[in-house]
Amino acid sequence: MHLILDIAVTHLIHRKRQTLVSVLGVAMGVGFFIAMAAMMQGFQRYFVAKIIDVSPHIIMKDEYRTPPRQPVELKYAEGAVRLFNLRPREERRGIKNGMAVIDAIARQPGVAVAPTLAGQIFLRYGTKDLSATLYGIDPDKERRVTFLEQDLIAGSLNGLHTTANGIILGSGLADKIGVSLGDTLSVISPAGVILKMKVVGVFRSGITAKDNYESFTLLKKAQILQDRANVINQIRIRLGDINQAAALARSLEVRYDYRTESWEETNKNVLGIFVIQNGIMYSTVSAILIVAAFGIFNIITTVIHEKEHDIAILKSIGFDEGAIRGIFLLEGLAVGVIGTLIGWALGYGLTELLATVRFSIEGFVKSEGFVLYYTFKHYLIAGCFALIASLAASYLPARKAAAVNPVDIIRGGV
Amino acid sequence: MAGQALIEVRNVTRILPGPVPVTLVRDINLSVRQGEFIAIVGASGSGKSSLLYLLGLLDVPSQGAIFFEGANTTLLNREAQARMRLVHLGFVFQFHFLLPEFTALGNVMIPMRKKGTRPEADIEREARSLLAEFGMEEYSHRLPEELSGGERQRVAIARALANRPSLILADEPTGNLDSKNARQVFDIFKRLAEKNGQTVIVVTHEAHLAKQTHRQIRLLDGRIATVE
Repeated sequence: MHLILDIAVTHLIHRKRQTLVSVLGVAMGVGFFIAMAAMMQGFQRYFVAKIIDVSPHIIMKDEYRTPPRQPVELKYAEGAVRLFNLRPREERRGIKNGMAVIDAIARQPGVAVAPTLAGQIFLRYGTKDLSATLYGIDPDKERRVTFLEQDLIAGSLNGLHTTANGIILGSGLADKIGVSLGDTLSVISPAGVILKMKVVGVFRSGITAKDNYESFTLLKKAQILQDRANVINQIRIRLGDINQAAALARSLEVRYDYRTESWEETNKNVLGIFVIQNGIMYSTVSAILIVAAFGIFNIITTVIHEKEHDIAILKSIGFDEGAIRGIFLLEGLAVGVIGTLIGWALGYGLTELLATVRFSIEGFVKSEGFVLYYTFKHYLIAGCFALIASLAASYLPARKAAAVNPVDIIRGGV
Repeated sequence: MAGQALIEVRNVTRILPGPVPVTLVRDINLSVRQGEFIAIVGASGSGKSSLLYLLGLLDVPSQGAIFFEGANTTLLNREAQARMRLVHLGFVFQFHFLLPEFTALGNVMIPMRKKGTRPEADIEREARSLLAEFGMEEYSHRLPEELSGGERQRVAIARALANRPSLILADEPTGNLDSKNARQVFDIFKRLAEKNGQTVIVVTHEAHLAKQTHRQIRLLDGRIATVE
């Protein structure tokens, strides 16, 4: 095989410029893929990690996914039943027997559970009114379910206990209304209750939607504000293994009937965007590699056209068709391999360059530069892509070369 | 001159298929012994080269069969025919057909490297001695484009001899050479046949060169007209 490699390499070396262009085509495809993948996956993983850190993995809410079946529908399950003027019953909202449900869930291993009463409120400070969501929490349990405590940039979670009417605000919320730690503002609930509350903490999670709209207080205070004594309407769950979230959420929903969302479901619109993002990335990179493959196809077709005499002479010397095919497949492969190696270096360089870019942007999450994800996998994927493309691009011309009839060439003379 | 029958051509006809089929050679019967030096002569278009390509397994007969050392080569698949060319046959063409990117030495080494039965160092030594045999040792590191026509043809012959083939086939080997170089090439062939016992078959249209061979086979319209 050494001789065949020798001939292939000789062909390429004697066409330096064409070879270089083909190699660079592959290198760019590989390099850009690596850089784009690092950027996209970096952002996606950062975002998912944020969600997983900041929010509970599973939220059970006092809602039903489907309205309860009416007795007539249950009776005539097979019949065509249509009800008019159906009105939902005025129910006492909240998860029934919530604390017992929490105890039951908490008995499972690797699960932390916290009760919550979530509701809309108005914050009033000076001349400003802002609507926000207020979560009534139990700080000791909350600690084990979300990273609220770690995200605090001022104050402490214990402030809720030590201050009479303490409230923790998201950093965006605090900025907009213009309060800081220690200030007192009015909190107004839809139930009509007004409380003066003191800011005992400000958190910044990095997820814009949370930082701008969420606030926390003790469960008891929230129940007073909303005028719903002893009621909870959300159960927030954190798991040791996040991959269990979807399965556990499903089983809890089956058991308790309440709408139970895993973090994937809660964020499925964003995760859906990731799928599209990845699609765009893969198609862009495929396009680059397809162009590169055409480059390879081009150089090998040219070589074969120029080298018809050589092919004829090699065949007359006793090279069989497999050996001839091998020469040109090797040429394609060589372009692919060298292109991949250069592309790896290029990709590494590009990601390093991206890592130095600094900017401040508020999208789904707040970031001050590209979050990059370095993994050997991207290099591997890009390399495989490039090698397959170069082999595919050289296969057709190589087959044509193998089919060259030496008699036609030799008879034709020079 | 005496020797085994190396090649046996039996009733070989080669017709190029197409809308108007072209008969290249017809009803060829020929027996060639080991160590013979044979010229195939005839007007252009008489089928000389076609017969040579058939003998060299570059082409396949439409009818009939060619036996090499008693084995029917027509039944072999293309890989086996290629292997046979590599081991038993050596070609020399009118246009030297050296690989332009390889040096004289590199060209001579290729058949031996392809055969792949000996270490590289051995092959190089052998290639050098082959080149030396034809007075080309000083040019071994030149590329074909740096050689004259006669020099290139000598390199091509050296390459044809690389695997010590029992049959050497030459298609107008002197067509591009001056008379001095042409005579040298024929002398080389004669020596190969008489000293080494290798069989040499040369296609030529130069009568005075053909006379130096043991046997002249004259083709006319694809048939053997006379054997002298």
